[in-house]
Amino acid sequence: MSAPKSLGGRRLPDPKECQRLAEQMLSFAKKAGADGAEVLVRDGTELEVKVRLGETELIKEAGSRALGLRVLKDSRSAVTYTSDFSPAALEQFARESVELASLSEPDPAGALPSPEDMARELPDLDLWDEAVLSLDVAEGLRRARVGEAAALKQDKRVTNSDGAVFGRTVGASAFATSAGFSGSARGTHVSFAVEPICDDAEGKKRNGVYWSASRFASGLRDPAEIGLEAARRTVAKLGARKIPTGAAPVVFSPDAGRGLVGQLAGVLSGGALWRRSTYLAGREGTPVASPLVELLDDPLIRRGPGSRAYDGEGLASRTNVLISEGVLRTFLCDVYAARKLGRRSTGSATRAVGGGPHVGISNLILRPGRTPAAELERLDRGLYVTDLMGFGFNAATGDYSQGAGGFWIERGERAFPVTEITVSLAFDDLWKRVDAVGDDPDTRSSVQCPSFRVSEMMIAGS
Amino acid sequence: MSEAARSPLDAIDVALAERMLAAALGSGGEYADLYFEHRSGADYVMEEGRIRTVGRGVTLGLGVRVLRGDATGYAYTEELSEDRMLEAARTAAQIASSGAAPGPIDIRPVRLADRYPVSEPSLARPGVDKVALLRRADAAARAADPRIVRVEASLAEEHRDVLVVTSDGHMARDSQPMIRFGVSAVAEEGEGASRQRQVGRSGGAGRFGMEFFARVGQSPEEHGREAARLAIGMLHAVEAPAGPMEVVLGAGESGILLHEAVGHGLEADFNRKRTSNYADRVGQGVASPLCTVIDDGTVDNARGTINVDDEGNPGQRNVLIENGVLVGYMQDRLSSKHFATKPSGNGRRQSFRHEPLPRMTNTFLAPGQDDPEEIIKSVKRGVYAKRFAGGQVNISNGDFVFALTESYLIEDGKLTAPLKGTNLIGNGPDVLRKVTMLGSDFELSQGTWTCGKDGQSVPVGIGTPTMKIAEITVGGTKTR
Repeated sequence: MSAPKSLGGRRLPDPKECQRLAEQMLSFAKKAGADGAEVLVRDGTELEVKVRLGETELIKEAGSRALGLRVLKDSRSAVTYTSDFSPAALEQFARESVELASLSEPDPAGALPSPEDMARELPDLDLWDEAVLSLDVAEGLRRARVGEAAALKQDKRVTNSDGAVFGRTVGASAFATSAGFSGSARGTHVSFAVEPICDDAEGKKRNGVYWSASRFASGLRDPAEIGLEAARRTVAKLGARKIPTGAAPVVFSPDAGRGLVGQLAGVLSGGALWRRSTYLAGREGTPVASPLVELLDDPLIRRGPGSRAYDGEGLASRTNVLISEGVLRTFLCDVYAARKLGRRSTGSATRAVGGGPHVGISNLILRPGRTPAAELERLDRGLYVTDLMGFGFNAATGDYSQGAGGFWIERGERAFPVTEITVSLAFDDLWKRVDAVGDDPDTRSSVQCPSFRVSEMMIAGS
Repeated sequence: MSEAARSPLDAIDVALAERMLAAALGSGGEYADLYFEHRSGADYVMEEGRIRTVGRGVTLGLGVRVLRGDATGYAYTEELSEDRMLEAARTAAQIASSGAAPGPIDIRPVRLADRYPVSEPSLARPGVDKVALLRRADAAARAADPRIVRVEASLAEEHRDVLVVTSDGHMARDSQPMIRFGVSAVAEEGEGASRQRQVGRSGGAGRFGMEFFARVGQSPEEHGREAARLAIGMLHAVEAPAGPMEVVLGAGESGILLHEAVGHGLEADFNRKRTSNYADRVGQGVASPLCTVIDDGTVDNARGTINVDDEGNPGQRNVLIENGVLVGYMQDRLSSKHFATKPSGNGRRQSFRHEPLPRMTNTFLAPGQDDPEEIIKSVKRGVYAKRFAGGQVNISNGDFVFALTESYLIEDGKLTAPLKGTNLIGNGPDVLRKVTMLGSDFELSQGTWTCGKDGQSVPVGIGTPTMKIAEITVGGTKTR
């Protein structure tokens, strides 16, 4: 193998080196008097290049490494982070972290997981693609030029551009805990987006975007195809207008639906459950959605954007079914939430360098249904939503209202583009009123959903 | 994790900066700047009456930017060894590929005002003092009403030491404190299926030390009681109406409307690229003549205040819209060159890992003449909005939305039922033309506002007097 050892002259992120540092930090923490400790080390490089109207606008390239530590002493904890890796500094950091823990108060639920719960064998999830390493600045710029030019040439109504962006991240990480786990991982990711702009009446502009992303170089779509699709989507928004206030069926595109599915995961979090801040409290085993709704969190998908071999506390990754046939099956739990609720962790801890473990998702998937996507729009009248904006969700009550844009449907056709409206409905009713789920899954991001239809929502417009 | 008194940035001298800038300009770049940042922070969270955990962290790094025309080269490093810094400078330099070597640079310190002198730097104070503040908030929220079943209180403090050195010779050093306090309270009423549950939140932030908590409205008790009041008040909230209607926005937090409806659209980069619906409209009427919109980075101790922006230009007060007429944009260096004007002290970045962009500081609407009570009395049927969760705007078409967390129905000039959380949606220029009354009661919100753009977050301030909008779409669930 002639694997490149560097990226643009920069050292390649090395999982084994991360693991060595994590284990070294663990021994420093013990030496400083910690009863237990968890260490996360991340090492990554990012590359972002942007072309706008044919000219290079940005070349950004850098590497970054940081360490996060959670220490426990007498059931008290502290969470600290640093990017200073000299051994002397790390030892000092360990001592100060242990000292800091004395400020917190004993919390038995905050103890480390039991050693028998730790991941034993780590599956190979195929998250690393050597070919990504050769996608350099020159190649990124070439793709960005091709993609943007395709959008500008596609339709003369495309009069401006917010540019085309190519991004690449290459990362390694390691996690070591005194509960009896030490592991490392590495991954690659590439993305490409084109954002054309059209001039509309009254000085308004219409912008649109289309993008592709993958862990593998071969998974990234042809830049010209992305540009063409971006232009098509943008031009379609010309002449967008408000519609009258009233109730109607609403179809959510995969892009719009993703946000709703993500909000659903938030109210299915064990953290929200023990904090009494989810409207789904006490609803396990009961219908919380239409029988068409199947929702799962699956960290074990090969090449998945959110895949991981172990969770943020070193527990084995597992697939969790959250909703099947519309019935709430389980909440996602990390070790802390599980203890607060008298349950077992579902292996759903996520953790960043700057904070402690908390409940999070991996690949959150709303399963595609059997209805051909185009049939969702066979409505006498209705709304097809392509964009949602703003923050209008109250997790504790389930009240939901967001800004929306898309198309008005009449007699099964998209009659005209729509803007400046809101869609609203109690979240519980929204999911119960899902009357069709499309067969068009969108696997580009870690929250994946097909298009789906809600039989009736309130639309506020003119 | 030692205290802020001695900073690693003290070791950066003019000679070192000159060597870095020479390397950054070595491939023919027209301009370069260095952004050194040393940030230390701590946070404390109290849940269920117990300090659950304490966090602490330090980041240190250098960002190097090179400009050539409208193009930016950017690189950063967390290791401040000369080798690594030179590597970052050469990486950023790749934006240019040919050109003469730079001449000598004459670096001079920029003289800055001190708009956030701190009498008691919070990071230097013992952690137990902060723990005591959280206990006070927790106790006040619980004591407010027996229906309060859960309280969470948090305190975050940060000290950011920055040094900017530019190839046109500016050298600016600033020390930026920030303290943030928040309480959330859960209220419950009833049993079983009919149980109602609501969460109320109250918080404050600013560039202060521990003296922050002595300010009006900022004591832990006030935030605890306010969070409880909001949670209890919302227990019996009714469905919000759907459709266009008259809306009165309360003083202070309603500044979110300015931030979304016009603020972002007046950032110069969007206008340079002509992607904003305010492009090419300087000198034109874009709002009701009642409206004068100001972005002011010089308000003492406010969350969005900056002695110096992240490109080395002093923070300043900029009138954006005067009596309804668009006067100018918020400029960073790159865009100001395009507009042949001066940077307006709005070049900001999240951290050394990010390139500067034109950003807001404290953005507000100047007060008018009307009595706030008269404004409410003038509405037969409408919505009064007082507190907000946040908003979003589409720069291109000007559509914006913002979420209401405390609002009431207005019936015959009086506030009646509290409304469930909802959104207001409108179009920037359209809504600002419909401002028909403006109160004399200006207030700058002391809330914990953070603005996001291109993946970068920066602290900002917002403010407004009470204002009436003749018509805006309320995104409720109930038809009239």
